[in-house]
Amino acid sequence: MAILVNENSRVIIQGITGREGVVRAQLMKDYGTKLVAGVTPGRAGQDVYGIPVYDSVLQAWEKQGPVDVSVIFVPAALVKNAALEAVDAGVKLLVIVPDRVPIHDVLEIAARAAEKGARFVGPNTLGLVSPGKAVLGMIGGRAERAREWFKPGPIGVSSRSGGMTSAISYYLTKAGLGLSTIVHVGGDAVIGLSHPEIMALFQEDPETRMAVMFGEIGTTQEERVADLVESGRFTKPLVAYIGGKAAKSGTRFSHAGAIVEGTRGSYETKVKRLREVGVHVVDAIADIPAKAKEVLGA
Amino acid sequence: MARLFEYQSKKLLKQGGIPVPGGDVAATPEEARRVAEKIGKPVVIKIQVWVTGRAGIGGIQFAATPEEAEAKARQLLGMKVRNFVVDRVLVEEKLDIRSEYFVGLVIDDAAKKPLLIFSPAGGTGVEEMARLHPEKIARRTIDVLNGFPEYEARNMLLRVGIEGAILPKLSDLLTRLYKVARTNDARSAEINPLVVTADGSVFAADCHLVVDDYAVYRHPDFGIEIAREFDRPPTELEKIAYRVEEKDYRGTFYFFQMVDETAGSEKYIGFNGAGGGGSMMSMDAVLNRGFKLANYCDTSGNPPASKVYRAAKVILSQPGIMGYFASGSGVASQEQYHSARGLTKAFSEEKLDIPAVIRLGGNFEETAIEILGTYLKDIPGAVEGYGRDDSPEFCARRLEELVAKSGGKRHEVRPIVETPVPAGAYVFETMTGRLSFDHSKCPGCRTKGCVPACAPKILKLEDGKPVLAVSAEDARKGKCTECLACEIFCKFHERDAIVVHLPIPGLKEYREKIRSVKPRT
Repeated sequence: MAILVNENSRVIIQGITGREGVVRAQLMKDYGTKLVAGVTPGRAGQDVYGIPVYDSVLQAWEKQGPVDVSVIFVPAALVKNAALEAVDAGVKLLVIVPDRVPIHDVLEIAARAAEKGARFVGPNTLGLVSPGKAVLGMIGGRAERAREWFKPGPIGVSSRSGGMTSAISYYLTKAGLGLSTIVHVGGDAVIGLSHPEIMALFQEDPETRMAVMFGEIGTTQEERVADLVESGRFTKPLVAYIGGKAAKSGTRFSHAGAIVEGTRGSYETKVKRLREVGVHVVDAIADIPAKAKEVLGA
Repeated sequence: MARLFEYQSKKLLKQGGIPVPGGDVAATPEEARRVAEKIGKPVVIKIQVWVTGRAGIGGIQFAATPEEAEAKARQLLGMKVRNFVVDRVLVEEKLDIRSEYFVGLVIDDAAKKPLLIFSPAGGTGVEEMARLHPEKIARRTIDVLNGFPEYEARNMLLRVGIEGAILPKLSDLLTRLYKVARTNDARSAEINPLVVTADGSVFAADCHLVVDDYAVYRHPDFGIEIAREFDRPPTELEKIAYRVEEKDYRGTFYFFQMVDETAGSEKYIGFNGAGGGGSMMSMDAVLNRGFKLANYCDTSGNPPASKVYRAAKVILSQPGIMGYFASGSGVASQEQYHSARGLTKAFSEEKLDIPAVIRLGGNFEETAIEILGTYLKDIPGAVEGYGRDDSPEFCARRLEELVAKSGGKRHEVRPIVETPVPAGAYVFETMTGRLSFDHSKCPGCRTKGCVPACAPKILKLEDGKPVLAVSAEDARKGKCTECLACEIFCKFHERDAIVVHLPIPGLKEYREKIRSVKPRT
């Protein structure tokens, strides 16, 4: 099962001939992702590792058949155009890897996606992995690493940090626990699928028996997860860690989202709110595997 | 987020058709007088700084005459407010205020839409008002595809009791504020107070726009020096760092100074994180061992070795630090030998005199750790490399032990000595620097190891000497990835004939200044 992507998902890459596009096409293909086409305007007829390149998403769709997912690797200034193109062509899931996408562009993508019933992960995401099935984005870097670091199993991971998505998933794998799907939701203030939306998907996925969440200061995502738990819409065990305890209010770190806004969004309020509703908030990343074992009864 | 000053924000409001009080910005008392003369009425003089509560600290003054305006401006200019020295004041017509409102636009991350907030009570108490009487505050999310029509603004205002002649004026203003925010890529736009004067006119008496960092490139006219969140003007070292970042789109290099002064009894260290989450976790680990950070720095997103090198050089421009701590998530997707080579070049050039703990877990960490261990064993400071199975807590403890062992030695900033390009050297340009081969040294070389070491494989041998196998143009455009592998191989295994010259504009002068102002032993 897993969420969002599996071995049957039909995937394209927008910007497949660029610096990152080429390298990550290899990662995805080697891992087993069903990569059916790439798109770079003006490059139709070429191929990247045997994957045919087309001039537009619509053209790729017409020649190769329906597209479930588009992974976007174009420069930040061109992301809006690429994302709207995919949404208009009928693609229902986008993974927007680039960072530094202007926030008003993201709002427009979100509005158009909502109108068309499409969803997106990112921007500023490393992507996601359903271990043993498919990789979307650049997570793991190379297929052999992604296979070694992330093994299949019952735990869903959602993280606002790319590096921590890999780190937590690796530590869980090392502890003998496996993963259903791991998602880097993206580091920006406004993102497509955020923690609460990912938790709702984990709730519906029979393969996922529990979830781990890496939260950060800033935004209201973690508070909204607490709301889900409180209202009984997320009932599986949840282990959480919140980063940024040491951050001074007003000091911005690399994630645009990591900024303290009012009283919601601070480290203390997030931890308090999550604990109130029974989420297992740990104080150190290193405590996550043991806590996960405990709640799984593994 | 890039903040605009009040006078800049007001200019944008005015362009968007929102009334602001007549006036202008002044950098000298004489200018202030001229502005007051032009206004020809009593004026208000306001310091231009990014702090709230200016009135409470005497930063807002009134003047009845141009002479008085000049005198008041003289008082205000040069005033020190937190980290600011006031260098500009806004001189404006004094308004005859009858009532005050609040209006603000922010981005609602949950709705993924702009959110407009209006409060019939403006001024400083607006936050308390929102908390105690949320029903008195109007809120409305905006559909970005359809915009914000005037009638929606009107209905929003009616709900909180706005009526009469003022209603259409305010609804018009609200729709304009949304357009100003959208046109100028603002992440937030606030008018507080929005005032109604005795004659029934509406003015934005104070306002504050914050521009989205990621969209600053669309607005060069704003003159934003560093498109990042600051609650004070950027430091000189931050400006130097930002110029590095600006000129090299490959990966991220973010640098922020946490303190002005690293002297005293505190244990300051240079901090080099990688990735937001991993950096924060690593920061917590060192803070828990009683260290203080001189700076926060993030090199992530697959930066080339040259960028990490420059980051290390910037970090090591801070005198008095007792250690260097580099640590990210621990399981990075990027190839970690690039960071290892960048640090190796920087540390060996600097003859690093303090301990360094480098946690480079992730893709190819074994190679990365080996690079640090092999090439940095002979410098004065102890350097230890760790991988994904070594926790940040463990690494922080190691740094503590090494700092204790060094006797708490403090880092001395060295002058930058640029290696000259040897006469007759073979030289080509790279994306952000240049590479020189002193071919006169090549005859003694046994291995010619620079050619296989080159990661992008752009070198070949010609008469036993390394030269480009691609065009100089391609090398400059990025075929040379500045991986530093050739230089490090040649320096440590062969003849030290290769130098990758990576200038950091302004750093040499900065260090000279640091050394002359604060001589340290």
